[in-house]
Amino acid sequence: MRLWECASLIRSKNAGPFWLTFDVMFSAAPPYEHVKRSGVLTAERFAELYGLHVEDVDAFECDQALAFKFSIPRPRIQGDFGDADMHGGQQYAPLLEIEVPQP
Amino acid sequence: MRYVAAIGALGGGVDGPSLLAALDYDPQFIAADAGTTDAGAFALGSGATAFSKAAVKRDLSLMLRAGLRARVPVIVGSCGTAGADIHVDWVLGIVEDIAQDLHEDLRGVAIYCEQDTAYLAESLAAGRIRPLRHSPELEPDTLAGCERVVGMIGVEALQDALVTDPQFVIAGRCSDAALYAALPLMKGFAPGLAWHAGKVVECGTLACENLGAGVMVVTLRGDSFSVCPVGADLRCTPQSVAAHSLYETAHPYLFREPSGTLDITASTYEQEDDVTVRVTGSRFVAADDYSVKLEGAELVGYQAMIVGGVRDPLIISQLDTWQENIRRYVIGSIERVMGVEIDDRRYRLGFHVYGRDAVMGDLEPLRRPGHEVGIVCTTLAPSQDEATEMAKLCRQPLLHAPIPEWKGAITGFACLHSPAWVEVGPLYRFCLNHVLLPAEGQAVHRLENVNVAASPGRQSALTQVGL
Repeated sequence: MRLWECASLIRSKNAGPFWLTFDVMFSAAPPYEHVKRSGVLTAERFAELYGLHVEDVDAFECDQALAFKFSIPRPRIQGDFGDADMHGGQQYAPLLEIEVPQP
Repeated sequence: MRYVAAIGALGGGVDGPSLLAALDYDPQFIAADAGTTDAGAFALGSGATAFSKAAVKRDLSLMLRAGLRARVPVIVGSCGTAGADIHVDWVLGIVEDIAQDLHEDLRGVAIYCEQDTAYLAESLAAGRIRPLRHSPELEPDTLAGCERVVGMIGVEALQDALVTDPQFVIAGRCSDAALYAALPLMKGFAPGLAWHAGKVVECGTLACENLGAGVMVVTLRGDSFSVCPVGADLRCTPQSVAAHSLYETAHPYLFREPSGTLDITASTYEQEDDVTVRVTGSRFVAADDYSVKLEGAELVGYQAMIVGGVRDPLIISQLDTWQENIRRYVIGSIERVMGVEIDDRRYRLGFHVYGRDAVMGDLEPLRRPGHEVGIVCTTLAPSQDEATEMAKLCRQPLLHAPIPEWKGAITGFACLHSPAWVEVGPLYRFCLNHVLLPAEGQAVHRLENVNVAASPGRQSALTQVGL
């Protein structure tokens, strides 16, 4: 099972002009808990997918929100010459294909 | 006490019937945020706005009419997208129009928070400007090069305005949550609850389970607050409210405000009725130093571009080399014809290859082009004329760059426009990610009492300067 098949929303967005933030959200506790326990969605995995150093990735598991959050410094300042995603909204696609083991 | 959050972005379309219905809850104020950095630095840099005058007037008119009916203040923050002084004046002009339409004299307060860059340079020299995480050191030149700098106000400035019992408060760049926390804090509600409630409703109905038109009603109590949407089919759930705290923020639990940090790590959320969620346990930790977040925009240059595409699989199979050959050729002709060097600072040349890695750039793990690719070739220069000249020099190399497989002249690029180049205009960039620690008595905002007459004309008086 791939991550997009069990999450309710996977999104990215600016967190101000200098940061990007990624949310992986679930609509029920069982799939969230399952993904959390499986250990497939970690700062290390995120850094590997995006070609970053793991120390540049802030990772959070938000139990009440049933969500994972990752924040990274923007590779380019929002809207600077060369930036092609003003709102940071289309940076999440590599997360969709993360393979989640069957429960 | 109760209050109403009319919308997350003034100009986005306040839902009139819901706002009217929310007045039955007996709110003590109505507020809306009108700003965003999301649209880019152009608003702060150029003084333009993201929403049109007509759209803002419509929403503000609905809010002011509701405020007059309920006899409560209407508070709008981060006016005109970036909340610079020019934007505050723009919204005041709209309030004037509305007063005339309604045949009502209106009395309110404007809060300006644009910063004097010379004064900021002194603060920098005195060690009173600090970088936020992952920010470079601030050079005095950067400050001097800013078109505009705003200092984000907190509840204090709003409270100075609210003690005058105004019908409206039109504020420059403002903490979104502060719009909603200012009055509750004046009334003595717990800071953790007051700030958290503001944080939940600052984006309007976005904290609901589903998207839809409506407004949010907050009820604050001694030990909790509740959020209740008013609008067709809108519903808050513990998860939707908890999850909203993640939206557009780098940290899910800690939110820095001028006077301290909201900490919602220990907050609990429970369903109060079908659509309402009650929140408890939020904390606010007062800061040792009062800090004002600075936002600044600098002019990077002017841009032009050429948009087109490639379908030839042989070119696509060697896209990197083809692109590099074009780049090298164009750099040479820009030097020859214009006598300037592509220095990657003042003069820049960029390629976005859609279908390969345009959207994600350096973050793209799958750099594999499709069967056709779209190419946007962009140029940057200190003047529009030069940027356009550079774009003109890109056209021929894009069209005719050879590849080894084809003998003779090829046309390997499909132009979308004629003329092929498009003038994009000025490019502004956010250039401050810093906080100002104001010195004792240093003014970071200015309040102005504003009386708007039902007949044309506006009188205003500077009444107060201070933190």
